[in-house]
Amino acid sequence: MGTKVNSAAAGTANYVDERTSIGGFVKFFARKLFPDHWSFMLGEIALYSFIILLISGVFLTAFFVPSMETVHYDGAFATMHGVEMTKAFESTLYTSFEVPGGLLIRQIHHWSALLFLAAIMTHMCRVFFTGAFRKPRELNWLVGFTLMILGLAAGFTGYSLPDDVLSGNGLRIVDGVIKSIPLIGSYTSYWMFGGEFPGTALIPRVFTAHVLLVPALILALVGLHLFLVFLHKHTQYPGGGKTHKNVVGLPLFPVYTAKAGGFFFVVFGIVALMAAVFTINPVWNYGPYDPSPVSAGTQPDWYILFVDGALRLMPGWLFGLPMEWELWGYTLSWNILIPAVIVPGLFFGFIALYPWIEAWATGDKGEKHVLDRPRNVPVRTGIGVATIVFYVILVLEGSNDIVANMFHLSLNDLTIFFQWAIFILPPIAFWITKRICLGLQRKDRELVLHGHESGTIVRHENGEYIEVHTPLDEQEVWLRVNYDNRKPLEIEPEFNELGVRRPGYKWDRRKQKLSRFFYEERVEPVSWEEYQEALHHHDHGPSAEGKAEGAEADEADARLTEEWEKVEDEQASEK
Amino acid sequence: MSTPENTPDDAPQEGFVDPGLAHHRPRRADVDPKADKRAERQVAALFGLSAVGTVIALWAYFTKDTGDGGDVATIQSVNMWIGIGVFLAMSGIGFGAIHWAKTLMRDHEMVEERHEMRSSDENRAAAIQNLKDGAEDSGLAGGEGEGAKRRSVLKGSLITAMAIAPLAILVPQIGNMGGDWNVSKFRHTMWGPGVRLARDPDGALIKAADVTVGSAYHVIPEGLNDLDHHHKMDAKAKAVVLLVRLDPSDLKIVPGREDWSFDGIVAYSKICTHVGCPVALYEQQTHHLLCPCHQSTFDVSDGAKVVFGPAKRPLPQLPIAIDDEGYIVAKNDFDEPVGPSYWERLKGDSSGAEAEEESH
Repeated sequence: MGTKVNSAAAGTANYVDERTSIGGFVKFFARKLFPDHWSFMLGEIALYSFIILLISGVFLTAFFVPSMETVHYDGAFATMHGVEMTKAFESTLYTSFEVPGGLLIRQIHHWSALLFLAAIMTHMCRVFFTGAFRKPRELNWLVGFTLMILGLAAGFTGYSLPDDVLSGNGLRIVDGVIKSIPLIGSYTSYWMFGGEFPGTALIPRVFTAHVLLVPALILALVGLHLFLVFLHKHTQYPGGGKTHKNVVGLPLFPVYTAKAGGFFFVVFGIVALMAAVFTINPVWNYGPYDPSPVSAGTQPDWYILFVDGALRLMPGWLFGLPMEWELWGYTLSWNILIPAVIVPGLFFGFIALYPWIEAWATGDKGEKHVLDRPRNVPVRTGIGVATIVFYVILVLEGSNDIVANMFHLSLNDLTIFFQWAIFILPPIAFWITKRICLGLQRKDRELVLHGHESGTIVRHENGEYIEVHTPLDEQEVWLRVNYDNRKPLEIEPEFNELGVRRPGYKWDRRKQKLSRFFYEERVEPVSWEEYQEALHHHDHGPSAEGKAEGAEADEADARLTEEWEKVEDEQASEK
Repeated sequence: MSTPENTPDDAPQEGFVDPGLAHHRPRRADVDPKADKRAERQVAALFGLSAVGTVIALWAYFTKDTGDGGDVATIQSVNMWIGIGVFLAMSGIGFGAIHWAKTLMRDHEMVEERHEMRSSDENRAAAIQNLKDGAEDSGLAGGEGEGAKRRSVLKGSLITAMAIAPLAILVPQIGNMGGDWNVSKFRHTMWGPGVRLARDPDGALIKAADVTVGSAYHVIPEGLNDLDHHHKMDAKAKAVVLLVRLDPSDLKIVPGREDWSFDGIVAYSKICTHVGCPVALYEQQTHHLLCPCHQSTFDVSDGAKVVFGPAKRPLPQLPIAIDDEGYIVAKNDFDEPVGPSYWERLKGDSSGAEAEEESH
């Protein structure tokens, strides 16, 4: 039996290989090494939720009708009988109520969309804080960034399809934002909606974008993203034996085939469980789109909240000055352009370009395959936390009515608080994070030089109390001393020996300023000399101190025991 | 230009020695055959659980009665049972495979060398040479060989043709997507002289006598409900109005609009001047209108001026009067475009006429 299977497998392999030379690929891929760490799973979650989106999406296309043709509902859901609605909304009700399992797939699709974007963003944070975007991976960072933008597009187009009150109002907001764009705004709105809002063209157009255009782009870029991961080989966390020139890990086949492949099923299972027990987007409660009603607590999906929050945050009047200008008879709406166009543009632009910004400051041209511990790059970590704080403030403002309601706060006070917080909290977060990082670096120095606190207290004969420190093992020491001690850039002088001003000086000077911002304030890793000194110093060296104090402690212990025994013996003999 | 470089030494910590990979700690299944067997059984059990899950999902699909499908609770129970089946079917496989990998497959880390991304100098030189040869063959670049020509006319004409060719597709495509491109439609709504105010959504007409002080009506123009669905939606998206009656002593009349209201009854566009959400929440005590989307707040007693939030302009006011039969009617259309601002908002209809010409 076994040999039969084997020979069949060999036959198939031979057949395919003679036609494709796949043997070379298999040789290359099968035992490719991947380092192991839980944080490397975040990108996998994104990939897997995308696959779940494809699977569940194919199911949904079998029932969804992307049409704005009007019908009077006469389906199974009695509450809505006779209501005028588009076929898009009717088919959404049909999928939910009359296709057994249809509601489940709809909810799986929606939950995995939320998870998709959450996983992408968390994955980006991991890549950012560990410096995995450094050379040679800058381009792959850009690919991943584009995937996030496409993910937002996929999410928003999907959210709009059921043509319910919530999604219709979402589209109306988009329409309002587009109209605010100078010169081309109203024409762009006509281009999108095929005339006036809401029109009859939008749902079919958005459907094509949602099921064809955006997913095809995502699929292509996912392919490129993974190709580059294979080409570069995965990064690894620092530690003994791990260098920029090697990769330490376990082979793709069988370990990661089982782990990563199995993880797909785990993600699918968890999403299915969420879809089974948590209702999401119950459009039958909202009703079909109508431009007139809207309910309090209106919220987009979470990944759009930051734009909505920015729109809520920006006042129409600032210290008595209008934020909408009328210039030469034309209208310029800063109150919409700033929060919905300019700020997101700058925010995303900064994220996309960050690898190059840091590379200018660092001036390091080498390939980096060992990840940074976030504490060892305090300014980057600070920037990351400040960016997250900025984003979270916008998200919270995007649900300010719900936050205000839950915590019994005044909605207006909350908005005013966030209006100040958006300027004040990110710099504070930057500063605090940087201080924490520097503190952790000092703690690392402390550990390397003086060892772990053992919890054992020893009293010297002169009455002095001392805690015994145990020295770090070589792995612990290596982790704490082996990192790049980056320093601010040194640049060539402005004038050469002939007194001629050198071209490019100004640019260099700017880079130097950036570099000083990054690396001026730093904690140096323990040097070999310091380490040796600590080691050999008769009182304070970790091992010497430890051993001496340990020995003293043992001695004292032995002496005590002896004396106790003596006392006990005496008592026994007295009896 | 010299670029400052700051490549730190590869071994910044001179003196310290890389201790190499950490010592491998054997797992229980590596040393204890009993633990090994137990792990194997656990993995098999998880795979078995997956099969059970599949059975549950299929059982729920075939036997759980969906009735006529109108009952949300029944639908949700079918949803839950199939979902739990899928959960077990999928995560059983997943956790089984991961448990297998973690307990029974190799966990000795292996080491592989990396290679620099940069191509070797020979490859780079060969690549450049190939491109040079190709460019020379095509005539795009002048070569040194005899007979090599620089066909700059070809280059120029090809680039021009390539640059404009997409227009042949894009202009008709984009041109058609905007409908009639008549953006001046933003300026007009269904309201006009004598159009009666009706309740949203049933279309019942409103008599001034029915509107008590403090009450608020969601209003559509009479005849809106007779339109077919799409014209109705387009018209409704601009025409919805909120009608409130205040104590006339509370009402500050905007100069020039003295005859736009009737005995404390005022009507304002319900489309927010920020980004166009319906301003649907009326607070009777403060006379404030609140947009639930971005919380722009307008004071109805004072010309619907912005008192809080991101909107800048007041809501447009609909001038109203009472007709012979006592119904509330519009005296005219709004005198400005309703809804969010746009670039040519303050321009008259002339731009619209031009656009109409272009479209023909």
